[in-house]
Amino acid sequence: MSSLLSARRLEVTFPGRHGRPDAKGVDGVDLDVAPGEILALVGESGCGKTTLARTLLGLERPSAGSVAYDGTDLSYGRSFLRSYRRKVQLILQDPTGALNPRQSVYESVAEGIRIHKMVRVHRKAGEQVTEADLVARALSQAGLRPPQRFFLNYPHELSGGQRQRVVIAGALAVEPAVLIADEPVSSLDASIRGEILALLLKLREELGLSVLVVTHDLGLAWNIADQIAVMYLGRIVEVGTTEEVLAAPKHPYTQALLSVVPEIAQNEPVVLQGETPDPTKVPPGCRFHPRCPALLGGEAAAAGVDGDCRATPLPLLAATGGQRAACWLPGRLPPS
Amino acid sequence: MSPPVEDEAPPPLLEVIDLHVSYPTASGPLPAVRGVSFSVDAGESVGIAGESGCGKSTIAATVLRLQPKGASVEGSVLVNGQDTQRMPWGQLRAVRWGDAAIVFQGALHSLNPVQRIEDQIAEPIRLHDESVGKGAAATRVGQLLESVGLPSGRGSAYPHQLSGGQKQRVMIAMALACRPQLILADEPTTALDVMVQAQVLSVLTDLVYDLGLGLLLISHDLSVLGTTCDRVLVMYAGRVVEHGPAASLFDHPLHPYGGALAAAFPRVGDPRARFAPVGLPGDPPDPQALPSGCPFHPRCALATEECTTTDPPLEPMAPCREVACLHADESRDMKLLLARSRLQAARPAGSATAP
Repeated sequence: MSSLLSARRLEVTFPGRHGRPDAKGVDGVDLDVAPGEILALVGESGCGKTTLARTLLGLERPSAGSVAYDGTDLSYGRSFLRSYRRKVQLILQDPTGALNPRQSVYESVAEGIRIHKMVRVHRKAGEQVTEADLVARALSQAGLRPPQRFFLNYPHELSGGQRQRVVIAGALAVEPAVLIADEPVSSLDASIRGEILALLLKLREELGLSVLVVTHDLGLAWNIADQIAVMYLGRIVEVGTTEEVLAAPKHPYTQALLSVVPEIAQNEPVVLQGETPDPTKVPPGCRFHPRCPALLGGEAAAAGVDGDCRATPLPLLAATGGQRAACWLPGRLPPS
Repeated sequence: MSPPVEDEAPPPLLEVIDLHVSYPTASGPLPAVRGVSFSVDAGESVGIAGESGCGKSTIAATVLRLQPKGASVEGSVLVNGQDTQRMPWGQLRAVRWGDAAIVFQGALHSLNPVQRIEDQIAEPIRLHDESVGKGAAATRVGQLLESVGLPSGRGSAYPHQLSGGQKQRVMIAMALACRPQLILADEPTTALDVMVQAQVLSVLTDLVYDLGLGLLLISHDLSVLGTTCDRVLVMYAGRVVEHGPAASLFDHPLHPYGGALAAAFPRVGDPRARFAPVGLPGDPPDPQALPSGCPFHPRCALATEECTTTDPPLEPMAPCREVACLHADESRDMKLLLARSRLQAARPAGSATAP
């Protein structure tokens, strides 16, 4: 399957202030999103997953490497970005913050339609539509039916789930090919969560959308994602299909993340000590080694790789192939 | 002086009896809590689950009489046998922090940004016991930080120098400052990611085990309560609709609403949850215009004619379990319930209704 949105050797560096070293938000990432695929990008706060998503959207410029959409590398001129952003749309975490409280639902959804002159786009294609038709179509695709009943509502009159549907309708209105959703349900109630996730699945089926979901929630990934990429300190450390990665994780970091998902009757959780380390001081060797349970527990030493863990940098994981993990333990790295 | 011979068991740490709380609004009183009773013993952790607006945070605030001014409260809230709603102001001040302390929702913003955290933790200690000197308070702050897994040297940091999980642990350390017997934690891990959530929850459960504290943990995430608590109450529209031991409630919910909450956070690896997120159609009811009969019936897969007229009380069902549902027998079969809610999830998503 060819990829629609891809990153190659992508790096994003934020300059250090007051003489501090630079912070590497994204430190060498290869990633492919295929048409109609749902990819979950998971990791702890501060691991660079949101920076990666912003760079894929063209909101952040890479310091090295490239982002390509449909085979064309992104350029950062105004007109290119404008047409690119029609194709790749962002859905934010907090729908209350993402909507203007003084704009009606109609105005919120129509904004993108006006910016991207969607009515003219449709007329050129020989379809006679009005702006109201497009707003209504987007709202009903997002599950707000009948759409006309919502036109004049303001965000405060809607429930949390309805607000998130309006945000999604705003993204759908410009007819994108890719949605990038940053924690789309983490600020929503448990009962609404499933409804919004079901909507993302339905959009993939009906409109063939690709979705990149940025989340720290492995249950969400299990619910909807085809592929999972696990990120740690700016790098992808494990990637594969959801079944492979979540049922048989290869990287000790993925194993630890899975073990702390709150569930009953599970194995003893591996609670990693400390927070995600500082991106200005990336550890040598495997970047996870200071917190790695396999190294601290002696598993790495028994396999004779503890020296590599501490000193030898790992290769970047390729964007395609089966389940692969960036780990020195035997059998984890893909054969080179 | 030796205490008198006890002829009965000591009262539970926290006992809430038929609590009703309503808030005044321009359009009349808004009933937030409608008759809730439960208790928390020493060394026990009790969870309250439910979605936004079900009244769970109101309960936590009411325990320490922190409800907004003008709220009308009926029923009683006994902390160590003393009613916090009726005690004099001076005694209430001693009960707050001293008997029971609260860790708030959104605690990440509750720290003073321009004060070192050691000074913020020392403040309630010295306010509550004037005999504690500066040095003794500093020692105690160091112990408290270590008890939540932070090095005591971190006390000199300002809040912006700490990560979210560290700030949340500082809030827990602060709650422990005056050696309370009861901790009320309102969504303590909601803004945190999984690994930090696991760290904070393990700090809380260790405190319950090591110090024999009582813990009232409030969350919308039933899976968090399922792993952390001994018992769980599920609230809907200001009432308890289900109550039971955490593990059995999470695995075999009896109330359809409990079932929906349990299914919302799927078990990773469960083939039934793959590409089948389970949601609950519709929105939580307006507390000022509750549906007739069982308030859950408009969203319930099992609702029948009878549900629209009869509001079932909370009644014992299986051993140690209580449920308020006319169809609890049917919903006991989790498979049936899951199948039905999945049918609903697969329905065209036109379920959202206009306000």
